[in-house]
Parts: sequence; structure tokens; C-alpha cells
Amino acid sequence: MSQPLYTIPGAPGPAPTPPPQAGDALAGARSVRDVLALSNVDSVFGELDRDLVGLAPVKQRIRDIAALLVVDKLRLNVGLAAHTPSLHMSFTGNPGTGKTTVALRMAQILHRLGYVRTGQLVAATRDDLVGQYIGHTAPKTREVLKRAMGGVLFIDEAYYLYRPENERDYGQEAIEILLQVMENQRDDLVVVLAGYAQRMRVFFESNPGMRSRVAHHLDFPDYGSEELLLIGDRMLEAMNYRLAEGAREAFAEYVALRRMQPHFANARSVRNALDRARLRQASRLFSEPERQLSRSDLTTLEPQDIRASRVFEGGVP
Amino acid sequence: MMNNPTGRLTQGQFSFLPDLTDAEIKLQIAYGLRRDYAWSIEYTDDPHPRNTFWEMYGNPMFDLRDPAGVMLELCACRESFPNHYIRMQAFDSTRGVESIAMSFIVNRPRNEPGFDLQRQETCGRSIRYTTRGYAADAPEGERYGTADPAPRA
Repeated sequence: MSQPLYTIPGAPGPAPTPPPQAGDALAGARSVRDVLALSNVDSVFGELDRDLVGLAPVKQRIRDIAALLVVDKLRLNVGLAAHTPSLHMSFTGNPGTGKTTVALRMAQILHRLGYVRTGQLVAATRDDLVGQYIGHTAPKTREVLKRAMGGVLFIDEAYYLYRPENERDYGQEAIEILLQVMENQRDDLVVVLAGYAQRMRVFFESNPGMRSRVAHHLDFPDYGSEELLLIGDRMLEAMNYRLAEGAREAFAEYVALRRMQPHFANARSVRNALDRARLRQASRLFSEPERQLSRSDLTTLEPQDIRASRVFEGGVP
Repeated sequence: MMNNPTGRLTQGQFSFLPDLTDAEIKLQIAYGLRRDYAWSIEYTDDPHPRNTFWEMYGNPMFDLRDPAGVMLELCACRESFPNHYIRMQAFDSTRGVESIAMSFIVNRPRNEPGFDLQRQETCGRSIRYTTRGYAADAPEGERYGTADPAPRA
């Protein structure tokens, strides 16, 4: 909301003015270093490396794409005509491998380099795009597209848009509108399609138009046990918890067992496991109402909080 | 044409200027979006000054960040109603304002015959005035040329 014409007591101060468009500042750049310095892309790379565990091939691909964009920018600055590169991407990988997080970072990188104007990420699923009766789909899809203009549209589980078993499915209509906008308004919008690798492959095979308009296919590998532990540590750190003596070993065992089980969702499973451990810690503390709790009592997860999980008895969590 | 020197409808902002180009419209929209206005598009073929409520083309567009989305809708509206008046409206939702903050015409019919001022003499020497669009005789949809819009799929 914009500032009211009068002051409301206790209302927050004026909103900060939006940062100047990156695209204009880059016009004078002549070297890669100039572009990187002027656009602050380096800091996003730094965050990417620092915040995201593993994912080496994905990071490499993002660097490659960014390098292409930087060089394109330099070519443009010396007057070499360059097509706006097609930036639509597909992110494939198992659940919990960081597709959404990387998409957010991607939006930032594209914004800093001036390839999208606002840098916001609009996440959508089939429900947001496809209507329930005739004539409902087109306005719905256009609504989402309009909101995403100038930024990145992230379509999670994109293969649900196409339902081959129902030939009257409205998803096809949404795909057609998407394709049209992806082709005609490449300067205005970057579309990222995400989903499981196998089903995305089927989706692209049955929609060749979509496949040919998506230039970059990024595959997100599963995390190794070490990486999952590291992710767990980061999550706990962010929530102000720590693992007690022996709890880390218990957690390592937990992860090793959980990975063998079905429906393992990488980082998401780790987060859920930690949430359940917090739950057990809370009820453990709750059962001793007389005890004076110190700061370390409140922040420490004991081994028994983790070992109580059903995973250790061969059950699902 | 004493009361209409340009021979054009003059309602809203910028109406005494030459028509805005698409790039200029885009800049105005971007200005509104920066101030968190919600844009909407309205059209009519009855531009009587007292006709405040034009037809809405789609819903008002809340939560937009970039003018490209609004332009998409404007292009679609122009395609459907090439011979109508189309105006952009910016709604300011700030508490205490809650009203239209900007309004300007972005599409006009090719011929704008203007308005007739009728004087009715009543008791004494008083006069009652009525304004009437010259084009208002024709039925709705045929007032400014019959070039039908492309049939809608």
C-alpha cells in the first residue's frame, strides 16, 4: 500500500525506494569484472555456494548460464546485435533437492543482470493455471502470467498440466497459452518448469513445442548422506538448536536408514525428522514441570529424541 | 467547433495531448505500479460526460509488478473493441483514499463527432441544458463505425 496522505499513529515509516534498474548501470561496462561488480551477481554466487550444500552440477550450470548472459551484455555494450537469449528452464530432480530454492536464486541473478525487470518469483501449480469448466482456464492462466510478468514464473510439477488420459482436459489450453507467451514475450517473462525427472521426460515427449522452447535443462542430483547431515546442521543452526553428544551419530544412523525407505524426500525429509525431534524434546521437557530449564536445556536435542523415531524399528517415520 | 477545438473527447488525464504511444502508456502504468495502484481497463461507446461507469474489461489487476501484464490485457481489449473508447484506470487502495487516482484514454474511434448542446426554454426566460452525443442515436456497438471486431473464438 502506498503512503497515506495523513499519518496513522504507530504506522511503519515510508517504504524504501526501489533500487535503480541494473540494466541501465551496465551499459558502460566493458569487462567481465565490470559487469560482475556493477550487477552484484558475485554476491548471489557467494550465497549460492554458502547456503546450498552439494548440487555441484547445478551450480556449474548456473555459472555457465550467467557467463553467457554476462558476455551477451558485453557484446550488446559494444553494439553487437544479440538475440534475447531464451532463458526458459526446466528443473528436474527428486523431491527436496532444492529446485524452488535455486529458482529463487536464479530470479535474483537474472534480475541483477537486467534480464528480468522485477526479479520476483511467482510459484504456480496446476490448480493456479487450469480452470474447472469451459472458458475458465484462459483467464486463470493469463491472471498468473500477468502477475509473473517482469519476473520468473515457477511451475511446480508441470507434468500435471498435461493429462493424456483425458482428452478433454483443460490443461492443454493452459499449455498453449503458456507456449504463446513464452515465445512472444521472452523479454518479459522467464518460465521455470520443475518436477520429477522421469515424469518431466514424458511431459516433454508429449509436448514437443514445450521442449523446444525450454533452452536449459538442469538436473538436480540426490544428496549424499554427508550432505544431508550438513543440511540438517544448517537447519538446526537456523532454528537455534544443537545436537548433544551422541545425537549427531544417532542422526547419521537415522539418515542412513531413512534413505533406504520409500518416499524419501531428501532435505524435506531431514527437516521433517528434525521437526519431529523437536516435538519429542518439547514433550520430554514438558514432562518435568518442576525442573528449572537452562538455555542449553532448551536448545539441545538429546540422542533419545532422535532414537525414539519409528525408523529405527524399521517402520515409516 | 467552439466547445471542442480539437474535435476530440477530452476526459481524464493527457486528453489535450496527442495520443500516447504504447511506450508512453507503459511508462504511466509503471509509475502507477510503483505507487501500488491497481490498474483496470474500461471501454465504452457512450462517452457522455455523465456516464461515469464504463464497461470493465476483465477484473482490476491487483498484485502486478510489471507493466507488461497490463499491456497484455490492453492489447487484447483493443483487439476486441477497436472502435470504442478505452481508458486505463488506476485504483489507489490507500486507507482514506480508496478511489481512482489516474485515468486516461488509450483508444479512440477514428471519428469523434462530439456532443450536441440542446437548450430548452422553460418558464420565464430560464433555460435548461442537455448534452447529447451525436453518435448516441445508433444502437450500442454501432456508434463509431461498424468495423466489427474480429470474430471471437
